[in-house]
Amino acid sequence: MSTPIRVENLTKHFGDFEAVREVTFTAEAGKITALLGPSGSGKSTVLRMIAGLETPTAGRIWMEGEETTDKSVQERRVGFVFQHYALFRHMTVAQNVTFGLAVRKMPRTEQRKRAEELLELVQLGPFRDRYPEQLSGGQRQRVALARALAPRPRVLLLDEPFGALDARVRQELRRWLDDLHRELGVTSLLVTHDQDEALELANRVVVMHEGRAEQIGTPDEIYNEPATAFVAGFVGSSSVLHGHVVDGHVQMGPHRVPGADHLEEGVAARAFVRPHDVRLSTAENGESVRAIVERVSGLGWLSRVVLRLPDGQVLMAELPVEEVSHLKLGDEVLVDLRKSKAFMAPQTEETASELEAGEERRAR
Amino acid sequence: MSSAAQAAEPWWALSYRTVARLRHWGLRGAAVLYLGLMIGLPVAAIINEGFGEGLRALRDAFAYPGATQAIILTLWTSTVAAVVNGLFGTMLAYVLVRYRFRGRQMLSAIVDLPLAIPTLVTGLMLRAVYSSTTPVGRALEGAGIKVVFARLGILLALCAVTLPFVVRAVQPVLLELDIAEEEAAQTLGASGWATFRRIVLPAIRPAIAVGALLTFARSLGELGAVFLLSGNMPGRTLTAPVLIYQMANQWKYDQAAAVSTLLFTIAFVVVLVTTRLARARTGEDAA
Amino acid sequence: MSVAVERVRSDDLKRRNRRRRLAHGGILALCLTYVAALLALPLVGIAWTALKPGWRTVTSTYAMADVQHAFYLTAIITVMTVVVTTLFGVVVAWVLVRQRFLGRGLLNALVDTPFALSPITVGLACVLLFGRGGWFEPFFAARGIQIMFALPSMVLVTVFICIPFVIREVQPVLEEIGTQEEDAARTLGASVTQSFLRVTLPNIRWGLLYGIALSTARSMGEIGAVLLVSGLIQGKTETATLLIFRWVEERQLAGAYVVALTLAMVSILIILAIEWLKRKRVREDA
Repeated sequence: MSTPIRVENLTKHFGDFEAVREVTFTAEAGKITALLGPSGSGKSTVLRMIAGLETPTAGRIWMEGEETTDKSVQERRVGFVFQHYALFRHMTVAQNVTFGLAVRKMPRTEQRKRAEELLELVQLGPFRDRYPEQLSGGQRQRVALARALAPRPRVLLLDEPFGALDARVRQELRRWLDDLHRELGVTSLLVTHDQDEALELANRVVVMHEGRAEQIGTPDEIYNEPATAFVAGFVGSSSVLHGHVVDGHVQMGPHRVPGADHLEEGVAARAFVRPHDVRLSTAENGESVRAIVERVSGLGWLSRVVLRLPDGQVLMAELPVEEVSHLKLGDEVLVDLRKSKAFMAPQTEETASELEAGEERRAR
Repeated sequence: MSSAAQAAEPWWALSYRTVARLRHWGLRGAAVLYLGLMIGLPVAAIINEGFGEGLRALRDAFAYPGATQAIILTLWTSTVAAVVNGLFGTMLAYVLVRYRFRGRQMLSAIVDLPLAIPTLVTGLMLRAVYSSTTPVGRALEGAGIKVVFARLGILLALCAVTLPFVVRAVQPVLLELDIAEEEAAQTLGASGWATFRRIVLPAIRPAIAVGALLTFARSLGELGAVFLLSGNMPGRTLTAPVLIYQMANQWKYDQAAAVSTLLFTIAFVVVLVTTRLARARTGEDAA
Repeated sequence: MSVAVERVRSDDLKRRNRRRRLAHGGILALCLTYVAALLALPLVGIAWTALKPGWRTVTSTYAMADVQHAFYLTAIITVMTVVVTTLFGVVVAWVLVRQRFLGRGLLNALVDTPFALSPITVGLACVLLFGRGGWFEPFFAARGIQIMFALPSMVLVTVFICIPFVIREVQPVLEEIGTQEEDAARTLGASVTQSFLRVTLPNIRWGLLYGIALSTARSMGEIGAVLLVSGLIQGKTETATLLIFRWVEERQLAGAYVVALTLAMVSILIILAIEWLKRKRVREDA
């Protein structure tokens, strides 16, 4: 049982502030595990505790079966890639890459060989004598990666590695990291707030929110079977519809949507509907809902349609262009919301506004 | 698999956490001891000596011949030095930042000179030029201006020694200023002086204040430059630091300590205000 | 008609430009006069006065045992002061920037204290602590260790005065560079010492050197404090500045000016180093 990383009930308090609350998960060997969450969710803190850069208030950490909770950073032999690169500004690219080897007193010739290997790997061979300030952001991050990999670490920890880069470079590097990982097979733990990144790169995703691990699963599970309202709202885009639970459905006025079997009768609930799960219905049946078309905008072969329900709530739909070509503003349509997921409505104002904010972000 | 590695560790080896914690607290302890002993202790000794028996020592000190005048003279000359250097220091900073001329580097170096030159040498330098035996000194005396062994000499010495403070406080602020603001003012019809008064001055005012206050605090305690230049005549050119020296030489330690406490309390308050001002400014820039 | 207008306009412009140039020139002249009167002229004055009696005076002054001892003593005190204030200065700067604790503000304020004290007060404090009847005098007297009127007291007061320099120059640099590079070094296996020597130190080097230059200059030029604690023992506890002081009092002006000029020359070298370091520092920030 030598899982590369296992954490159990990891907790961190900064004074009164509970940054991480009893997080438990394992990382699969050779795969990328993502810690996904909004800023302030504690994901970077978890990563830093695994690296040894922070000491946990409670909880334990194992690496390859060995408990490392009390071990020093140096003893843990992790490769760490920082969001802002943290390259040694007074050293050349080559010196940066060989740093981890130099402190372990590897002979110079071997250091140089390993540096060559890695610089080839990250395609920065000709830059070996440049200084970090002479490189672009994307290049710096590749150097940081080479540097982290040089001492052959047991695991690779990446703290929002592409957060400081602009969108296009981010996409390129994401693809590049994917290829690299396929080639090297190092167990990796990736912290990110970008769900596209997590869903694209990771084999397993730990969704974090306010210090807790809300759900752990494959990208597919996270996306299609969210376990909590937060996950449903945070991952992918959804419309949120408010109503009350009646007979396993969420009732909103005269209409209702399924998906509330697990909730108590009568409680206030919210149903999360993905835009591409909205279908135009041909015939009236108990499950379909009336809606007015408010706006139609083209997205290539998809059209984004903004619908308004009778009780005033807004529903976003993504439908193939052919299906909506005949629609005009103000038309009434029937829609099927078969795959909605319902969760209990949150008690506090805060969580409510947070979820709404997430929803608004997606709606753009 | 790891038990073999662990068995090799000696029994007296401390865990990583303990070492880290020892180091953390050790550094803090060293810093606290260093500052506490090197600074806290002497200050405590002075205050204790000067005010250990209430205000008696202070009263005796003021009874010392020339003491009151010395303290007033020090306060007065320090203020004037702060104002004069506030004015010229700002001008110098402006000249060094905005003008291009030959010898600009050398001017910058000369302005910084008082940071390195011993104060005693500064005093001696001034004496070499302005004493009544030199051509310059004689010319000035002809015009009725006496520098050496007179109050003007004290002022010159203080200005020389504190010259860099205002300049170095104002220079970085001027460098940061966006010249576009001044250009905009000019396109709107403001003259050179009006632009300076309305746009530049408000921006550099806090820096000038910081520099002037530092000048004042530094001048309060200046001894080396003044000692060989002023003649130290009680009631005329005796300054407070020299007064303290004289008192100490006569074993009147308590009086010396009382006057010292008086001076450094004023200076300390001034220094606190300047650090607060300086920090407020950088806080603004960051925001 | 338009040509005439243009000519008037350009005359106006010329007049404005001329006025502006005069104003600028005036300000520059004023500044140069001020600096000349306070520093440049006196510098020339001291050189002239020292060298006027002839080169023989200079060489004979340097040949004197008292003078050689004075320079030697100044050098010793300077080196010891710089070493102590640099080592402890870096520690204090580190603690103030990287650690959070109750009393940090107080500690920070303490660092500025030497700027508020007259050197003579520093000397007085040393007398009160180590002189006869002083707080620590019995302890050292019992062990036969001489503090007052000997090297230890002179180093102590000079250290006191130089405490803020390294700290105040290193602190902002440590703040600015943050912990990222040091964290990275640790993840790569560097011990705390290795991380400090290979990563932190190179990052703070210009600020550190600047602080060291300031400390060196200040130690060399110290007079007020050593005036009280040295006992003015010729050939034993007389620094270069104290020597100048004595000779001026004894009206041996020729020798005094030579020694003063020497110190001034060394200061100029330090200033050149400081100007160079200033430029290095600015380039780092950019």
